[in-house]
Amino acid sequence: MSFIDQKFNSLAGKKALIPFMTAGFPKPDMTVPMMHYLVENGADIIELGMPFSDPMADGPVIQKASEKAIQQGVNLVQTLQMVSQFRQDNQHTPVVLMGYLNPVESMGYEKFVNSAAGAGVNGVLLVDSPPEESAELQSHLKKHQLEQIFLVAPTTSEARKKFICQQAGGFIYYVALKGVTGAADLNPEIVNQEIKQLKQYTALPIAVGFGVKDAASAVAVAAQADAVVIGSALIQQLLGCQDKHSAKKAISDFMRPIRLALDSL
Amino acid sequence: MTQKFDNLPDETGHFGRFGGNFAAETLFHCLEELKAAYKKLKTDADFQQQFQRDLAEFVGRPSPLYHAERLTKQQQGAQIWLKREDLNHTGAHKINNTVGQILLAKAMGKKRIIAETGAGQHGVATATVAARMGLDCVVYMGAVDIERQAINVYRMKLLGAEVRSVQSGSQTLKDALNEAMRDWVAHVDDTFYIIGTVAGPAPYPEMVRDFNSVIGQEVRKQSLEQIGRFPDALVACVGGGSNAMGLFHPFIEDQKVRMYGVEAGGKGLETGQHAASINAGKVGVLHGNRTYVMSDDSGQVTETHSISAGLDYPGVGPEHAYLNDTGRARYVTINDDEALAAFHNLTRKEGIMPALESAHAIAYGLKLAKTMSPEQHIVINLSGRGDKDVHTVANIEGVSV
Ligand SMILES: Cc1ncc(COP(=O)(O)O)c(C=O)c1O
Repeated sequence: MSFIDQKFNSLAGKKALIPFMTAGFPKPDMTVPMMHYLVENGADIIELGMPFSDPMADGPVIQKASEKAIQQGVNLVQTLQMVSQFRQDNQHTPVVLMGYLNPVESMGYEKFVNSAAGAGVNGVLLVDSPPEESAELQSHLKKHQLEQIFLVAPTTSEARKKFICQQAGGFIYYVALKGVTGAADLNPEIVNQEIKQLKQYTALPIAVGFGVKDAASAVAVAAQADAVVIGSALIQQLLGCQDKHSAKKAISDFMRPIRLALDSL
Repeated sequence: MTQKFDNLPDETGHFGRFGGNFAAETLFHCLEELKAAYKKLKTDADFQQQFQRDLAEFVGRPSPLYHAERLTKQQQGAQIWLKREDLNHTGAHKINNTVGQILLAKAMGKKRIIAETGAGQHGVATATVAARMGLDCVVYMGAVDIERQAINVYRMKLLGAEVRSVQSGSQTLKDALNEAMRDWVAHVDDTFYIIGTVAGPAPYPEMVRDFNSVIGQEVRKQSLEQIGRFPDALVACVGGGSNAMGLFHPFIEDQKVRMYGVEAGGKGLETGQHAASINAGKVGVLHGNRTYVMSDDSGQVTETHSISAGLDYPGVGPEHAYLNDTGRARYVTINDDEALAAFHNLTRKEGIMPALESAHAIAYGLKLAKTMSPEQHIVINLSGRGDKDVHTVANIEGVSV
């Protein structure tokens, strides 16, 4: 059983909270402490964004975070080092890398997967590497028991949902809206219906993300889902943070109410 | 067995290891829809007839194949012929593709058109066909490009399009493409994305190539009539590569016809300031396909430079990447100053002012002609006219107009 599977099992029905943040934002030396704060404040899994110059599926908030990180010299190698550092003090929180394919191709699949496994990464989500194009990457990931997480969107056809569910590992990431990360037009009722349907095709846990911004929206979309991903809204809170102390407070203020609300479900 | 080239892409949109469908999940459904619609209409007699009629009556095709006798004499080598895409309505080859795609959009019942543009030529060509069809049109354009292509921005507005300034990343063509993709993801139901070159996820590289193939089809016919045989070599500039694919593709199985794609060498490959993805990039994934990409050691896409905004793109159509690797076509570079010299040369010698993009093809064609004999023939694709570049040229030369 993979590390991500074990995590979901250990939650025993409790909703998982999965914060997303971009490695290196707002400052490179804040990322690892912030990962620990996220765990202290209720994160079950961490999604760490690999900064990319052309984040096609991201809204303005994550675009800016990515740009800032790159300006400060944070690329894939540095991101992996951060995970490795985080792992020295935390062996129980799965880390999923999220990003785009070009930096991974540039490093080479084999080297990427070896380094990621060595650093303590548990899964990867590559927005522009759908199952059809991922055979080679998957063969490397399997050797190290790393999971490839796939997205399912509101526009995904039934046939394709089945296909993706067969290929996926770890969990299924349901994209809650037609739009980019951080968009505003979430419709919880439809999301819950869609996730209920999706469960016909898979026994994997289902996480829901894109457009979830606070305790109320988290609870609203968590009725059927097993996990909630929050990215842009968290990064927005970190915009003004100059050091890890202010980040600690911002993270605690932001995460606590969401954690509490999810636990009351 | 000799290699076949005219049966690509395969079912999954690949040209060998290039191309494919590296798109965000939300777009898969509409890409599949598009692929199905295109497959059906590609062989539909009514659709093709309408397309041919629009090319003839709205675009003004066929465009002439012109024997540039003074240039030929100057070079003392092969006979130089120019395919006059500059004479098309809106002044470039870009209209061939937008005329085709808007018919597809109509057939699919889409209400809203989006596009990206660099130099503004594709934006103008899209705004033009959207106006003609009465469809809403939004064009994404990098803030930097808006600055340097003011006339085309105004042309698009006159045509009723909304031009949205893109402030992210390097604020140029690649970022405009990212932003158009983001718009599309958010409006998949009613929006048709007209991509302006042979890049993007499948089926775009194939579709844009097919719509531009009228260029090469006409050259086949015209060369038989005017020369008595096919040319020995074809030359075209390569940004994303749509004018080049359009010229090359109909000749792809005629192995005797050599093909040269000309990339923007900018200030010289050694300076790093260029847009020569095939010559100096590496294999990667950008904008939904695997191809040659200009990126740094960490896989971040790098900013490009060219005197011509239309060649300023860090990727290249996947079919070109394939033709390069198989050796069927050769990809060379021409620097800014060589392109500028060719711009003046053609203007003064033949009375034809080329777009700076096309001037790259002219510059290489002139070099190539010199290495060949007078019994040989070169066709250079004059992809667009130079009116849009008059300000750029004047600026470089310190002239205020
Ligand atoms: C006149 C002209 N030629 C060439 C290009 C480059 O595009 P492509 O390589 O797709 O033909 C452009 C792009 O704007 C253009 O305006």
